[in-house]
Amino acid sequence: MIIGLDVGGTHTDVVLLGKEGLVRQIKVSTNPSDLFATVLNGLEKITEDVDPGRIQRAVLSTTLATNRIVQQRMPEVGMIISAGPGMDPELFRTGPHYHVVKGGIDHRGREIAAIDADEIHKVVDVLEKKGIRYVGVVSKFSVRNPAHELAIAEILGKRFEKVFLGHRISGALNFPRRIATTFLNASVYPIHKDFFEAVVKSLAQKGLKLPIRILKPDGGNMRFASSIDYPAQTVLSGPAASVMGSVAFAPQSDTCMVMDIGGTTTDMAMLVNGVPVLDPAGIKIGEHKTLIRSLDTISIGIGGDSVVRVVDGKIHIGPDRMGVAMAYGGPVPTPTDAIFILGIGEGGDLEKARAGMKALADELQVDVQTAAQQVFDQACQTILNEAGAMVERINAKPVYTVHELWEGSRLQPRHYMVLGGPAPGSPRVSRVWATARWKWCRAGRWPTPSVPAWRGQRVR
Amino acid sequence: MLRARNKTGLVFFPAFDWAISPTHPEREERLLYTQDQVFEEGILDIEGIIEYKPDLVTKKDVQRVHFCVPDLWAVMTESHFISAGGAKTIAMAVMEKQVDCGFALVRPPGHHAGRVVHGARGFCNVNIEAIMIEYIRKAFGVDRVAIVDTDCHHGDGTQDIYWHDPDTLFISIHQDGRTLYPGTGFLSEMGGPNAVGATVNIPLPPNTSEEGILHVIREAVLPILEDFKPEIIVNSAGQDNHYSDPITNMNFSAQGYAELTSLLRPHIAVLEGGYAIEGALPYVNAGIILAMAGMDYSHLKEPDYNPERIRQSPEVTRWVKRSCEKVLENWYQRRQLGELARGDARLIQRDRKIYYDTDNIYERQHETLRVCEDCGGALLIDSAAQDRKHILAVHIPRKACQHCHDQGLAWYEEADLEVYDKVYLQDRAADVMKEKARSA
Ligand SMILES: [Zn+2]
Ligand SMILES: [Zn+2]
Ligand SMILES: [Zn+2]
Repeated sequence: MIIGLDVGGTHTDVVLLGKEGLVRQIKVSTNPSDLFATVLNGLEKITEDVDPGRIQRAVLSTTLATNRIVQQRMPEVGMIISAGPGMDPELFRTGPHYHVVKGGIDHRGREIAAIDADEIHKVVDVLEKKGIRYVGVVSKFSVRNPAHELAIAEILGKRFEKVFLGHRISGALNFPRRIATTFLNASVYPIHKDFFEAVVKSLAQKGLKLPIRILKPDGGNMRFASSIDYPAQTVLSGPAASVMGSVAFAPQSDTCMVMDIGGTTTDMAMLVNGVPVLDPAGIKIGEHKTLIRSLDTISIGIGGDSVVRVVDGKIHIGPDRMGVAMAYGGPVPTPTDAIFILGIGEGGDLEKARAGMKALADELQVDVQTAAQQVFDQACQTILNEAGAMVERINAKPVYTVHELWEGSRLQPRHYMVLGGPAPGSPRVSRVWATARWKWCRAGRWPTPSVPAWRGQRVR
Repeated sequence: MLRARNKTGLVFFPAFDWAISPTHPEREERLLYTQDQVFEEGILDIEGIIEYKPDLVTKKDVQRVHFCVPDLWAVMTESHFISAGGAKTIAMAVMEKQVDCGFALVRPPGHHAGRVVHGARGFCNVNIEAIMIEYIRKAFGVDRVAIVDTDCHHGDGTQDIYWHDPDTLFISIHQDGRTLYPGTGFLSEMGGPNAVGATVNIPLPPNTSEEGILHVIREAVLPILEDFKPEIIVNSAGQDNHYSDPITNMNFSAQGYAELTSLLRPHIAVLEGGYAIEGALPYVNAGIILAMAGMDYSHLKEPDYNPERIRQSPEVTRWVKRSCEKVLENWYQRRQLGELARGDARLIQRDRKIYYDTDNIYERQHETLRVCEDCGGALLIDSAAQDRKHILAVHIPRKACQHCHDQGLAWYEEADLEVYDKVYLQDRAADVMKEKARSA
């Protein structure tokens, strides 16, 4: 059996999976100041009456680091930057303890200016005096030659609790993103360390000796032990996890668009031959553009529970959600109510759905049925437009060889996989959404992006 | 967040899988280190710098400019469709106001390719700037265009294409033709009889440095541009004036190129030559992009940059100053000089020999121009390449007057198919490109 543990800012979800599927699912509240108690509590409940020998591994995810970044609740960290010629490194300043030092490496990895040990010793003294405990060291082109980062690390020695080196974070070329990513790793290190120790200690206390994996935003996972050196790799793994969930069901050849229609948002990703398309640069979190590899996903503010309003005679859907659909006792009409009225869903209170839609219908000066149809069509059209824009954006990605440009095929989804979100109370409604959407797409109303004229021509 | 002052479009097409030959300077890795530098600097993450995927040009886009011998497919490779397409993509983005300006970092280059193409010259097959310009003239109704060629070699191909066009100002700044390929581009080359002054050549002595080239921009190029009032300024942005370039003898720098760009403020820059692929191009290109975007480029310097070491001699300074004065003098006298050149002739003939160094082809041209006060004039070119094809080509200019249009059509109709392998018509007024040959 497998334990899945997701530690969020307010709740921690724990599931136990067996060969037969979901065995048990619990939710406990997260106590950020005592993560050990939180994790232990969750583990105790999920493993009650279960033979520990039957549990083979644990898979974790957490939004602790993400939340700290988004809410800008991070400790002060020091950054030591050597740039050489190029853009002014001051442009990439991460905070008050940002020190640009001498030294330069060129695009071939050759040293073009040496570092100055005395200068770095002085920076170290300053950082120490300020009480800095976590430090990032980044030099330009360090992925071509890490000598300067290593030399600076050597000077830092053991005077700080943890030092992160840019070249270890990613092999990609992008100095500003390397700085931001190194900075974020140093910044979320303490919270991740708390989490790490809480998990390790509570598993030990429960007598569980398991391989542990933690999810990453590119849909992969890493050994939990490594995460202590790459704590920022744990951010924003949620959207990727749901895409990876769809991979098992997606066609293994051809292009498939995955749409996860939830209560508040619809999340989308593209699969090519069963493999999700990656974001070419790296994840953006808050204001930080990083080198953290992630899937290319988009999230739009339309879901089954989105608020539907009429403003100046026009239907507006979302992006806010005020509760469940009226059919389930919610306060305002939603796209889910429209589905009930159109007779493609069942299980809720149809009268309540109609009552809510009536107010909108009156404003639109149409009958309830028509209003529901318009709401449904508009929700679908918006989702499909965004999906079309995503396909266009992926196709517009530059390539750098004659072969790729000439032979590179345009991606055009042939399959659409619609996952229903966790509509509270009725998993059935989400399935209905899915079916309805599927029919809609099949009806040929998918906007076909125009193909540039030259594509049709054979040259030579 | 880092934001560009001018919205700037970029097409980056290094063609990592294309070369003239494995050891040729125009080979796969020419832009590799530039790409590394641009990526590592994070330039593509700057708000307002937008990277575009290149379009391809069409057959007609090419035929609007060139007479391709024996045919288009013999002249164009896939790479040429893309590099010209990259320039066109940037031009479209500028014309549609998606961006304020843009830079096509593409290869292969094009400024040595003239109107008639029998093969490759100076690493160029087709003129990607001209293809782009004639496309935006057709698609967006642009009329007056200025091309400032800052490549170290004389842009003889571009000069040939616009020699008779009074609405295209072509300014070339280059190392003196007596000391460098292609050996042309002297002060006296000022355009054909119907377009005297619209071609401006500013040859510079070897070892001209930042001071000299920027002097030329400030004291000659900018005043002429001011006077000509182009709707669009195109920069053929060659980078072989660099002090470390292996095939030239100039002393320009990354700082110099960036400053040149911010003085010139081109709407569209198109990469031309530049073969110091490790020591210069990465810094020069990054500097040009930042300058176009209106951002600080003061930290972009070559690792071995030393302004003292490349400073020009007083002799060079005097030479450059004198050239600029002469250029301006010619510019202001261009109308009188034009009248002199036309005299009272009705047709003016010219004979030329053109050598295609890359493909080792000798071409002989006999050109006949209809003298005209109202348009660029109908143009007839009889072109024979040694041991190859003999063609006749008729060019009717975009804004042809009725007489020139009729003359051009008559030349095409009356051509003797027994004499020529092929006869071409480029009727730019009607945007019709035709060719005919005797049936085999
Ligand atoms: Zn030039
Ligand atoms: Zn050149
Ligand atoms: Zn005329």
